[in-house]
Amino acid sequence: MNNVMIGLEVHVQLNKLKSKLFCGCSTDYQDEEPNTHTCPVCLGLPGALPVVNRKAVECGIKVALALNCEVLEQTLFYRKNYFYPDLPKGFQISQYDFPLAVNGKMSIETDRGEKIIRINRVHMEEDPARMIHEGGIQYSRHSLIDYNRSGMALLEIVTEPDLKSPKEARRFLDKLRSILEYLDVFNGDLEGAMRVDSNISLAGGDRAEVKNISSHKGVEKALSYEATRQKNLLRRNIKIIQETRHYDEERGITISMRTKEGEEDYRYFPEPDLPPMSVKSWTERLKDEIPELPDAKIRRFVEEYGVKENHARSLTSDIEIADYFETVCKSSICTIPRQKVVRRAREIDPNMAASWIVDVLKGELNYREMKIEGSPLTEDKTIKILKDLSSGKITEKNAVEIIREILDNGGDPEEIARRRGFGRLDRSETEILVKKVIEENPKVVEDYHKKKKRALNFLVGKVMALSKGKSAPKDVNELLEKYLCED
Amino acid sequence: MMDEENLKQIARLAKIELKEEEVKEFSPQIRSILALFDEIDEVETEDVKPTFHVFGLKNVFREDAASPSLAGEDAIKNAPKKERGYIKGPKIM
Ligand SMILES: [Zn+2]
Repeated sequence: MNNVMIGLEVHVQLNKLKSKLFCGCSTDYQDEEPNTHTCPVCLGLPGALPVVNRKAVECGIKVALALNCEVLEQTLFYRKNYFYPDLPKGFQISQYDFPLAVNGKMSIETDRGEKIIRINRVHMEEDPARMIHEGGIQYSRHSLIDYNRSGMALLEIVTEPDLKSPKEARRFLDKLRSILEYLDVFNGDLEGAMRVDSNISLAGGDRAEVKNISSHKGVEKALSYEATRQKNLLRRNIKIIQETRHYDEERGITISMRTKEGEEDYRYFPEPDLPPMSVKSWTERLKDEIPELPDAKIRRFVEEYGVKENHARSLTSDIEIADYFETVCKSSICTIPRQKVVRRAREIDPNMAASWIVDVLKGELNYREMKIEGSPLTEDKTIKILKDLSSGKITEKNAVEIIREILDNGGDPEEIARRRGFGRLDRSETEILVKKVIEENPKVVEDYHKKKKRALNFLVGKVMALSKGKSAPKDVNELLEKYLCED
Repeated sequence: MMDEENLKQIARLAKIELKEEEVKEFSPQIRSILALFDEIDEVETEDVKPTFHVFGLKNVFREDAASPSLAGEDAIKNAPKKERGYIKGPKIM
């Protein structure tokens, strides 16, 4: 890539709150009928008075602190004036000068090691309504508007143009999402929870703004398309104009939005209905509520459990998985962050647990679009499977089969192993088979004593066949030699 | 300064349609209002803190608790066009 510069504006819904930013309407509207979670405030009816949700500000400060930002002494809401059907008041309550916090940074993992991405600012604003264009935005003739989303608390997180590739942009968003979920302010699985606008430019061109990237997975595709488009223009010596482009997720392309007559002018002014806020003094208290974040957890997993760094990274990218790993590994009863009681488990090697969770379990969950939280494979079942695996009671292949069956149908690992005939035979069970094989093959035993090497292999094969492969090869060899020598 | 082009731009942003004779009529009126602000600009404010809010209030919050919303049909009652519980609006790109 020739000098791509990408900056992101990430809109994050504080969807773990119970109520919206300025009114008491419930945030629980995901599966509800349109326009059933509204009130005079979020419908913008005349005379309605917004009042700030204290917890929304607290969540915003926690995010700001986690992104190493400086919380401003005084912070203010402004009116951003423009007309759009998703904005019932004719303005959006947002922030302008005096945002909640500024000057942060977050590190991401790149192909060339760790890299710092500067955060310009974190500010609060209200979410506009959701607009539906039936048949796609290009073909529909009108819009249908659902104000249930109107007034949801949003954080806008703005980066400096420090991202050098679409891939880095995706890494940034993945990391941001995991931090937000660690802070317990955000559920990224809900529709529209994270929406991204971005600026992208190549050396020698003006920057284009790509709007409406509605999933963190879409970011890499949208930006790759746009980078390629700009590169092709530059190659043909066509000047890239500064413009806003809309990402069409279905077709995977960006479309130029009609250039507006005259420059956009939002005529910001301080929101007269909302008094200024002075909340910097809350930071000390809120700092104490911030849990161990992904970077610190990676370091601790490497030090405390001795797992490989790439495993630690993968385990910690999802807090549920990180907690799951710790529960499986802890060999004594204690509590870990998020107040889960850790059960007793012994004989589990953390490296083995890490590798099974990262290399097997995460893939099986992804394949089924399942989350570990609430899945039938509870920690105690994984502990049992890994114990049986390390003691040689079951094979690796058996363990994978058991994990798959529990994820699909639930059940108990021991019962599944028994029902499906998994597992190794005890040495005493193998011993019975060995005696039987020696008894039934006197001719081969004779050959063995004549030092014919193939005779032993034949007997081993017979025992394994009888046990359906469930005898431990070590047991078979040792026992055969023992009884053949006694002959 | 407020020339006729500025006025038309402001009217456009505010979605107000002005006839050409109205532009001619309002331009000098708005100019005279702006002249008043020029006078205010002359006041020495070097040592005065900017005022963002006139009541001197700060930190007014509500707790994060959900309260009942309007019934769906009431919420969209005043909308001129609706469809299946949605408010129907123009398409804007
Ligand atoms: Zn409301």
